[in-house]
Amino acid sequence: MTREALAGWGSTSPTVADVRWTTAQRLPAQLGEVGERGALLRGLGRSYGDAAQNAGGTVFRLDDSVHGVVLDPQAATVTVGGGVSIDELLRVIVPAGFFVPVTPGTRFVTIGGAIASDIHGKNHHRDGSFGSFVESIELVLADGRVTKVSPACDPELFWATLGGIGLTGAILSATIRLIPIGTSRLLVDTLRCANLDELMSQMLANDHRRRYSVAWLDPLATGAALGRSVLTIADHAEPGDLGAAAGADPLSYRAAQRATLPALVPPAGLINRMTVGLFNELWYRRAPRRREGELQTIPSFFHPLDAVGRWNRVYGRRGMIQFQFVVPEDRPDVIHTVVSALAEHGTPSFLAVLKRMGPSGPAPLSFPAPGWTLALDVPAGGRSLAPLLHGFDDLILDAGGRHYFAKDAHTVPAAIRRGYPRLGEWQAVQRRADPHGLWQSDMSRRLGLTHAEGDHR
Amino acid sequence: MNNGLGEPQRVVLLGGTSDIGLAIVRALCSPALRRIDLACRDTAAGERAAADLRADHPAVEVEVVGFDGAQPETHQTALDDLGRTGDLDVVIVAFAQLGEDGGVRDAAAAARLATVNFAGNVSAIIAAGNVLRRQGHGTVVVLSSVAGERVRQANPVYGGSKAGIDGFAQGYGDAVAADGVHVLVVRPGFVHSAMTAGRQPAPFATTPDRVAAATVAALRAGRRMVWAPGVLRYVFSALRHLPAPVWRKLPIN
Repeated sequence: MTREALAGWGSTSPTVADVRWTTAQRLPAQLGEVGERGALLRGLGRSYGDAAQNAGGTVFRLDDSVHGVVLDPQAATVTVGGGVSIDELLRVIVPAGFFVPVTPGTRFVTIGGAIASDIHGKNHHRDGSFGSFVESIELVLADGRVTKVSPACDPELFWATLGGIGLTGAILSATIRLIPIGTSRLLVDTLRCANLDELMSQMLANDHRRRYSVAWLDPLATGAALGRSVLTIADHAEPGDLGAAAGADPLSYRAAQRATLPALVPPAGLINRMTVGLFNELWYRRAPRRREGELQTIPSFFHPLDAVGRWNRVYGRRGMIQFQFVVPEDRPDVIHTVVSALAEHGTPSFLAVLKRMGPSGPAPLSFPAPGWTLALDVPAGGRSLAPLLHGFDDLILDAGGRHYFAKDAHTVPAAIRRGYPRLGEWQAVQRRADPHGLWQSDMSRRLGLTHAEGDHR
Repeated sequence: MNNGLGEPQRVVLLGGTSDIGLAIVRALCSPALRRIDLACRDTAAGERAAADLRADHPAVEVEVVGFDGAQPETHQTALDDLGRTGDLDVVIVAFAQLGEDGGVRDAAAAARLATVNFAGNVSAIIAAGNVLRRQGHGTVVVLSSVAGERVRQANPVYGGSKAGIDGFAQGYGDAVAADGVHVLVVRPGFVHSAMTAGRQPAPFATTPDRVAAATVAALRAGRRMVWAPGVLRYVFSALRHLPAPVWRKLPIN
């Protein structure tokens, strides 16, 4: 056990906890040793805010091995430990002809984290979130009991655990439905859009044609170029799509990290209007006006930022805030307002991601909802950033939108209650699973998520 | 918990009627702030300050609690009680007495002043620090003074106690950093406030609001020390090295 400062990927609010590496076998008995500040499981710490930290309490980390992965090719399912990452899992399943049903923009997330945040990917408009593919979850409850929940067996606890930010129990393992793939490549169409209106109409026209669709937009462009962007839509390639060279080994999978950003970045970071403006400009110019059927690998299409380890260090000591929200499909005006307010404010924001989401899943705290979701990074130390973001909050909530727990670092309890009207329903199930408030996190304290807040003291 | 923008949810002011302390509390008000605790000896005055805060920030819960800086033995219980009602994100230690200029002959009065300004501050900082260490996060803001940087003959008891608390707070900050506790030392110059009313302002005099703005900026930036105004850092690095015969004759003395 070591006392360690833990922060999210945005490195904004580090707090100190007792960190214990453990295993699925030892964890249930160790829960009895947890003090009054409670416990939480932490995966790879890729949620941006304070979801995976527990100040003054215990933070368990699962020492899981990919050797425990059980792939059932007939059923197209895999049973995998909660501490195994998508990175590790892909190295097992891609050569066998399978792909994860949902991947976020980084492969360095654990299966436990994917469930706890009910993550979504570029295929949400068509396939839904991670939860749509989870057959069962093996959970350690606060009293140390190990239980298996599924949509048939204790569906309330199952759905409360999906998107439940680790506050219903410790996710030991899960059985996930995979999707079969013929190759490890993607056929990608790229379309450059001059502004936000053009982008949104292209997304509405093209999303249904492909499994994957996402747009990257330049949050610094103003005026007629507001929201200039690059839309990519893609499907998994079939063996016939590959040339002779790649066709010889259609399922080969190599995902390497080319470099890691050192800790030597100046405290103020490398992010300012000039560097970011230049980057965004180059990136937009570099994209073809229109290109169809380009072959890309899984890492280059899904996980481009993973090529550089610790890229978050580019923001310096004060870190960054990632801001992600969703608004209903008939409220594109909110996206417009946010993008133009940000561009005018001049906050040096890197590429923002815009995506159309499909229907919501059954989980009460799951983020995705039909409509437009925008995610963007801003340096945390920026001047007058706080009033800007709080102002966006009101706009988003008034439009019937909400914030994403895995990204949130700044919002307030009232905003969550408006954005997630089923919070009370989730709290009732959470309290049944954890009556004494064992599971605690900085996020649950900040947002007042667990009903048992204060009880355990 | 502080959010990612550095906005606290709960602020405690020890010395709940201090002008500078209250200005810092006001500067920390944001949509994230949920509760303010004013801990002071004169709870009637504390209630008046609380009423003003409630009027300006109706969404924030403001509580007043009795607290005597001159009784160090009561501090731990007081802070533990506050901690029991939820995490403390920022604790501002802002109680001190100025004493009388030239008051260097009354030994008992000097000791009483030193007890509040030094011993009382030390115990309050440690008591708050103990709560924050258990929480694994939080900041103690310590109001020091440039008067401690080079102690003036006009009020050596005040200056000496500030020199002591300034040094203690820095060392204590290093001691508790690994436990997630941050200590910010604020060194204001002459501040126009109730405490200094009727006195001749020193050069670079400032206001509680400007000290508060500098303090909040330093908190957000994670700094350990802030001068208010910033120029005093350079003024005092010169004054500190003046030979004593010159220093003694300066008109600011």
